[in-house]
Amino acid sequence: MHADQLLNNTMVSWMEAEKGPVSDIVVSSRIRLARNLSRFPFPHLLTSENGRECLKQIKEAWEKSENGELATLELITLDELNPLQRQILVEKHLISPLHAASSDDYRGVLVNGDGSLAIMINEEDHIRIQCLLPGLQVGECYSKAQAVDDELEKNLNFAFDETRGYLTSCPTNVGTGMRASVMLHLPAVAISGLANRIFQNISQFGMTVRGLYGEGSEVIGNFFQLSNQVTLGQSEEDIVTHLTSVATQIVEQERVMRTRLESEMKYQLEDRVGRAFGILTNARIITSSEAIALLSDLRLGVDIGMISGIKTSALNELVVGMSPAHLQQKAGQEMDGYNRDLVRAQVIQETLRGEDDTGELTTDEQ
Amino acid sequence: MYCDECKKQPASVHLTQMFNGQTTESHYCQECAAKKGAVIFNMDTTFSIPNILASFFGQNVQGLPAPTVGRTCDNCGMSFNDIRQSGKLGCSECYSAFDEELEPSLRGMHGNSQHIGKVPARGGEKVILKKKIETMKARLQQAVAEEDYEKAAQIRDAIKDMEKTLG
Ligand SMILES: [Zn+2]
Ligand SMILES: [Zn+2]
Repeated sequence: MHADQLLNNTMVSWMEAEKGPVSDIVVSSRIRLARNLSRFPFPHLLTSENGRECLKQIKEAWEKSENGELATLELITLDELNPLQRQILVEKHLISPLHAASSDDYRGVLVNGDGSLAIMINEEDHIRIQCLLPGLQVGECYSKAQAVDDELEKNLNFAFDETRGYLTSCPTNVGTGMRASVMLHLPAVAISGLANRIFQNISQFGMTVRGLYGEGSEVIGNFFQLSNQVTLGQSEEDIVTHLTSVATQIVEQERVMRTRLESEMKYQLEDRVGRAFGILTNARIITSSEAIALLSDLRLGVDIGMISGIKTSALNELVVGMSPAHLQQKAGQEMDGYNRDLVRAQVIQETLRGEDDTGELTTDEQ
Repeated sequence: MYCDECKKQPASVHLTQMFNGQTTESHYCQECAAKKGAVIFNMDTTFSIPNILASFFGQNVQGLPAPTVGRTCDNCGMSFNDIRQSGKLGCSECYSAFDEELEPSLRGMHGNSQHIGKVPARGGEKVILKKKIETMKARLQQAVAEEDYEKAAQIRDAIKDMEKTLG
């Protein structure tokens, strides 16, 4: 059962940094395609009656698929999950917070075992196909999502208009219905105060940047999500190409700044990474935002080879594993903020100290 | 990245707004954002921005026609006012029902209002056929230019057949 697997294990495909290119800087790539059934009210207007009819049609189209990725998916409807379980899927980026807020039996998600493919049903649109992979793989994500779209389309009447393209409930998605994004970890760019300047130019290319938000709403950990803003008047291939090339340029900037930091601010950098490692491995109580900020520093230390024995994938897994719902699922009980901070510190220590000799600080003394 | 307003606190609220194809990005700290009454985004809800959109529809976008009171979508019953308020359309048919009203907003959002991407095989047959006719016409011109009149005649017949199917 995919559901059990996804709820009980933390690791999903996008966290497997070692399997994705450029994953020292690009955490993950995502493609999302929005599709709707012709003439059905969009999900925000669905009654449970036509909502169920909608789900039924999508379910039939999925059941009819015999080969390809679509056939490997399993259907979970939201009424089968409790709020904590739905939150776990949100923390893994498999469903949206909006979707998790509902427990309707006509909303759900079709998902594969490693979470690389997920189709939200009756979220903001009737169908939202998502492909999520580690590292810089926007093109691969697009091919996979596109194949699933073709497979579904054989048995469904998608709302499409010659002029406006794929019709979506929100006009910001109309056209390709496609949102392509990459999650970038840019500590050196951020430390150098370059982020603003780089991101100001990005809007010219019809793209937008947003931060990764923690339990509150502050940007933390120097994670930035770059995505296309325009969906009408650009082809899917162009969007993929532009996003990949802009991401590649930002990656280059980050590499240049990392090299400069290493040569010009060697001790400050080592101090910062060392402190992060020290706090993370010794704290007894830690909030999620403090932990993410420190893990960002630690991740930089791992990337530039200052810290050995910790895999980037383990850090990806940790960021999700120490989120509120994952902590509570692991503990098998609901916990208040204080208790979560307590267990979080424990989980971090376990991961970073590990049973085997992980987490060596290799600052060279000169 | 520091707050645009106070330039002291780190910026934690990021706003992207588009008006008439012009994007403005603003970055504020929590405090200044609260003062400004800014909308705070959540990472995974970045795909739907109804709040911004509602204000977008509400803005006096250049050329936006006055709301046509009372007129509703035949299929779902939504009026353009409902769409303005929720930032969402009611169903696929709303796009044709409010085509004129939507045009300037779409241009504002995307800098464009004509789809050039993927076309579904189903329901998209006509579009695909039209594209095929376009390429055939180009080939016809080439055949004429090369004075290959036999080939040109063949292509011309094929185009005629296709145009018949198109109706
Ligand atoms: Zn401020
Ligand atoms: Zn409608």
